[in-house]
Amino acid sequence: MKEITVKSITSSFYLTSLTKNNLFMGTTVQHIIEKFHKDPTRLMDILIDVQAEVGYIPDEAVIQISQELDISRVDVEQTISFYHFFSQKPTGKFNIYLNNSAVANMMGRAEIAATLEKEAGCKFGEVSQDGLIGLFDTSCIGMNDQEPAAIINGIIFTKLTPFRIKELVKDIKSGKSTNDLFVESYGDGMNNSELLQAMVYNNIRKKGPVLSDDYTPGIVIWKHLPTLSPEKVIEEIKSSNIRGRGGAGFPTGLKWEFCRKAPGEKKFIFCNADEGEPGTFKDRVILTERPKLLFEGMVIAAYAVGASEGILYLRYEYKYLEKYLEGILQGARDRNLLGKDIGGIKGFNFDIRIQFGAGAYVCGEESALIESAEGKRGEPRDRPPFPVEKGYLGYPTVVNNVETLCSVVKVMLYGGSWYRSFGTSDSTGTKVLSISGDCKYPGVYEVEWGFSVRSILEMVGAVHDEVQAVQVGGPSGAVIAPNEFDRTLCYTDLSTGGSLIIIGKQRDLLKDIVLNFSDFFMEESCGSCVPCRTLTVLYRDTVKKIVDGRGTRKDVDDMISWGKIMKANRCGLGQTAANPVLSSIKNFRELYEEMLLPDSNFESSFNLAEAVKESCEVTHRSPIIKEA
Amino acid sequence: MNKLIKLNIDGKECMATKGQYIVEAARENDIYIPTLCNIPNLKPRGACRICTVNVNGKLMTSCTTPVSEGMVVETSLPEIVDLRKSIVELLFVEGNHFCPSCERSGNCELQALAYRFRMMVPRFPYRFQQRNIEASNSKLIKDHNRCILCKRCIRAIKDEEGRGIFAFKRRGHQVEISIDPELAKNLTDELADKAAEICPVGALLRKEKGYETPIGERKYDKTPIGSEIEKFAHSKP
Repeated sequence: MKEITVKSITSSFYLTSLTKNNLFMGTTVQHIIEKFHKDPTRLMDILIDVQAEVGYIPDEAVIQISQELDISRVDVEQTISFYHFFSQKPTGKFNIYLNNSAVANMMGRAEIAATLEKEAGCKFGEVSQDGLIGLFDTSCIGMNDQEPAAIINGIIFTKLTPFRIKELVKDIKSGKSTNDLFVESYGDGMNNSELLQAMVYNNIRKKGPVLSDDYTPGIVIWKHLPTLSPEKVIEEIKSSNIRGRGGAGFPTGLKWEFCRKAPGEKKFIFCNADEGEPGTFKDRVILTERPKLLFEGMVIAAYAVGASEGILYLRYEYKYLEKYLEGILQGARDRNLLGKDIGGIKGFNFDIRIQFGAGAYVCGEESALIESAEGKRGEPRDRPPFPVEKGYLGYPTVVNNVETLCSVVKVMLYGGSWYRSFGTSDSTGTKVLSISGDCKYPGVYEVEWGFSVRSILEMVGAVHDEVQAVQVGGPSGAVIAPNEFDRTLCYTDLSTGGSLIIIGKQRDLLKDIVLNFSDFFMEESCGSCVPCRTLTVLYRDTVKKIVDGRGTRKDVDDMISWGKIMKANRCGLGQTAANPVLSSIKNFRELYEEMLLPDSNFESSFNLAEAVKESCEVTHRSPIIKEA
Repeated sequence: MNKLIKLNIDGKECMATKGQYIVEAARENDIYIPTLCNIPNLKPRGACRICTVNVNGKLMTSCTTPVSEGMVVETSLPEIVDLRKSIVELLFVEGNHFCPSCERSGNCELQALAYRFRMMVPRFPYRFQQRNIEASNSKLIKDHNRCILCKRCIRAIKDEEGRGIFAFKRRGHQVEISIDPELAKNLTDELADKAAEICPVGALLRKEKGYETPIGERKYDKTPIGSEIEKFAHSKP
């Protein structure tokens, strides 16, 4: 589906580069391979660099990499072909990845896509004839509060309008470089800083303990850690009752304790910054405004667990943050907040590197994330063993969400009981929400757990009478109707990683939301378990059939009964991939009913008019079809 | 290391060795749990999900879950049996399986499981996918129509240096097995035989060989799959 077709590359710059620069390419690839010490576990980094330098990963490069790394060619290709942002065929000199999330569509993506196709002179999934522009769809890029948005050669362009598209394509055609493309203004806060210069907005609308400004970077490392044993740190975290903020909600202190007690020569701290759940963008804002807080959290975790290396696994969509975050890391090293004898604690050595993904939602699952960081396909692992026992490269590994790691700094600073004063008894502390869709003030809100959906709607300026539904927790969560707006956000009621999408009454819930989400899961399944691999397709096809007005009641009943099979999938993606369908049938059954044909003995998916369309066009005659 | 532990499988008190996987422990206690991707003595992968059982109330794959003291395992609750049957059906609708014209008929584990679960017509719509047959290798035919993506070939067939000859390509519903063109050129007869043998279906076949065992005398022609493990083969599906 995402195959790239190049109409004609005669006289394009790629043809010349292929013939003339074969030798040059070989040297470039060799240089990249050696930069990563011919280490097969760094295959992702090698491929990311080759893709960036050459524009794609040619067969010659695949062979060269496989020989130098001493792995088979198919083992290189299995990684390449897993990730959305890698290509084995030439792409454009400028590659435009236009976000295809439900909210992007709500905010006028169709018009942007049409303008792009017209101006660039090619369709989505293709490269223009002159090899200049490639157009591609991509899953949510974490900009839901400023859609329509696109990534052009790694740079984020938000709030696109047809006018801006025309200007951009004009710039591209006139030979401007990626950095000189048409930009109206840069975003707020650090987005405007020298190393970032991104036109992304933070839209922080409500601050709490995590996002607040009352924080001096390094204070816990200098003042608190030297006075505490690792066990004491874990005790404090446990006393706060903080649970993982990625969505699964595992108690953080317990995770650290398991990892501390697991035998291993070395241990790792991973920060999961692969926020791929459509509608989530709060980690992007934290990474922009509070990176020092995050890195301090990783240092605290390292101290508690006894880890020597940290990895920030960052989604490829946020590559624009790389230089900025590297700068922050270097600053921390310069101040002895990373490196050797951190904070003056003898023998406490820890450093952090950034590992990029390459476009795969499933890598947000912790074991898939580890697999990916090891240079492999992002397929989730079987459990047991859990990552805390056998994680990255087989060593005990803690994987924590960005927000979790930021929160622990505040727990250490003000104490577990202080933290418990926020939220509810079983869900302590706060949650940073990413809110988008049909509301006046989309953006990032930090609220205490226990907040009701109704209060959220008030807070974000959504007019209650105009709200049809709220998608809580992204596609893998649930879509709820107004009669459930008094439900609250907490681990025992509406558990969420933080994505909330407000859906107005003007939207076609089945077509705009459920079908889009079904497409999403079909595209993002890793393909390892058959229920996920095949049922995501059948779900998508059946929803499409119903949206097209050809579904029957049996289709709805079938989809409900398939739900229990999805529970046999290995990971969270597979186990929740039917949720868009199941929760919308549960809460909006009437929308389905309105679309259904009466049950019949005939195959209702067969569309006679569609089937004879081609012959009608040729013969200029059309049959008389009586619609049921 | 060889510490014995007690666990309960289907209401029966069973003994197992510590560290053993549930599927093995069950087998030693004459309880058959169907598998498709599992290969004895090789690190399990939990790819096919067909060995899913209920462990202390949770769905787990029995090929990847080690036994533990006091564990309660249910392998044949009606919903578990139906789950397995639906997985077999999903594999049938995903690929293009025409048993009567397949060389592996009678020796095919997927076909045998479909008989065991008394599958008539799958409950799911067929996908009728366009899939290819690859015959470029001199020793093996790869028929993607029949491949159930169990990863047995990926895990079991490596060259002398441990490099993989088979691998997954792409993701999701577009996944397929690819064969390394270079390494497959030098495939030994022994390894080619092993690859064809390890394939549970007719997706990997040896070239210039076929129908060595006549239909009617094949592995599952007379006794259902699993009956070598069970004492009472016909008692339950």
